[in-house]
Amino acid sequence: MSEITNAYLLKALQDQFAAFIHSAEEPYGMLTIELDKNQIIPVVTFLKDHPQIQMQFLTDVCGIHYPDHKGKELGVIYHLHSFVNNIRLRIKCFMDINNPTLPTVTSIYGSANWQERETFDFYGIIFEGHPNLKRILNVDEMDYFPMRKEFPLEDQTRTDKDDTYFGR
Amino acid sequence: MENLLDSIEINPDKSEYTTLNLGPTHPATHGIFQNVLTMDGEIIVDAVQTCGYIHRAFEKIAEHRPFYQITPLTDRLNYCSSPINNMGWHMTVEKLLGIKTPKRVDYLRVIIMELARISDHLVCNSVIAVDCGALTGFTYVFQWREKIYDIFEEICGARLTTNIGRIGGLERDFSKACIQKIKEFIAEFPKKLEEFTNLLERNRIFMERTIGNGPISTERALYYGFTGPNLRATGLDYDVRAMNPYCSYEDFDFKIPVGIHGDTFDRFMVRQQEMWESLKIIKQAFNNLPEGNFFADVPEFYLPPKEDVYNKMEALIWHFKIVMGESETPVGEVYHSVEGGNGELGFYLVSDGGRAAYRLHFRRPCFIYYQAFPEMIKGSTLSDAIVAMSSMNVIAGELDA
Repeated sequence: MSEITNAYLLKALQDQFAAFIHSAEEPYGMLTIELDKNQIIPVVTFLKDHPQIQMQFLTDVCGIHYPDHKGKELGVIYHLHSFVNNIRLRIKCFMDINNPTLPTVTSIYGSANWQERETFDFYGIIFEGHPNLKRILNVDEMDYFPMRKEFPLEDQTRTDKDDTYFGR
Repeated sequence: MENLLDSIEINPDKSEYTTLNLGPTHPATHGIFQNVLTMDGEIIVDAVQTCGYIHRAFEKIAEHRPFYQITPLTDRLNYCSSPINNMGWHMTVEKLLGIKTPKRVDYLRVIIMELARISDHLVCNSVIAVDCGALTGFTYVFQWREKIYDIFEEICGARLTTNIGRIGGLERDFSKACIQKIKEFIAEFPKKLEEFTNLLERNRIFMERTIGNGPISTERALYYGFTGPNLRATGLDYDVRAMNPYCSYEDFDFKIPVGIHGDTFDRFMVRQQEMWESLKIIKQAFNNLPEGNFFADVPEFYLPPKEDVYNKMEALIWHFKIVMGESETPVGEVYHSVEGGNGELGFYLVSDGGRAAYRLHFRRPCFIYYQAFPEMIKGSTLSDAIVAMSSMNVIAGELDA
């Protein structure tokens, strides 16, 4: 069992994809890179097939919304895990809210299927090439993406509650 | 168990197929699950799952609540083992804040979490048997789940949705009555588990029903993001407790049981063995319980005792700050995972320094591995698919967040 470090992982990535990695940091010990969204497939494939790194496991996919980051409002965050080396990696891809598309990783990790659907459901991020990109947890008729920051917690069309007394 | 699709002639125009709605509310699926099955007679040709029937927008709510108010939300994910979810959340926040908990807290938490794991596995395993037509084992072990809930009640006052523990420690130390109940549990549970084992593990009918049912290979399991007992049943020994030890799990001696074929029987057996291992961990933690405080020294996050709040200015200020969510939090992002009852339960927390999380994502294990269900049941009969489903330990609350 070969143990690799964050530094090794970052170097391996930078040797191949230096132009596409916008930033790299290590919050709480997990290597986090910000990646050009169009490079997600090559990078994930590289990490999976690399003889030492072997990131076979996609732990998690989720979305995030930063309304103040102009031009890169929406993000998708991937958590990868290599069981062989017991090392985790976080990849972030940001995109413009007016063109929220990025390639799907379902061809590499089947587990991404529903997680990407969930991300689409809540953030409206369109995963190009996804086999079945439709809402999963919300109703099909919903015409907005509820986890975006512009939507307040409660339904603003409700009339049965008087908010003035609650400071809402 | 052979794949029945191999033995039938597939009808090219599909005119003979029946569409069957299994669920959303069906007595045989334990929870709100809908499966639209395409059947050829008794054989399942295809299945499409629907989820979201009990979606409660936890991630959205979590963006508007201070950290301590998120614990009750985690209760309602996998409600068969709420304490593990609670502890996982507390540890995530502690990791963000850089809080180091005393050893005693870790050990008490391990006891609680392993009890929760036993109760989770008891429910799942006995329900597999129920779906095979054996109700006896279920009635036997449910008494013991009740006893575990009695212990939780003694610790935190609640039974199912526990909201157990606090950020930085536990709300109170184990009481005398609680210690007594744990002692009784350790002494008497092995006999009952033995009895349950004798009922099922070498039961011919049960074995016939479960061996070869709903199998999945390690490669496919990894592809579908399996974790927990379901992954270990395929032969891969990934356990968060051993791989990334949290909460002093490195202090304990325990084995990680694995299966071979990844079928229902292996999943059942892995859980059976895990219960023995959990019991072992509980014994070790209970017998070596360190002296010390049951909470970390973090006045800005851990509520002071009520009498101090009434009598001491400082305690009152802390109390106010905590309740109003005014305590300062660092800017940062953290991923923490624990070994839940059914897999790796992860919390991805992004904090912008505000009173609530900027973004909180729950990695819900069964949401991810339930995707493999159609592949696992294609070519089996409806009655076998029901057994396969209960053996996957899919919990509706966790599936739909």
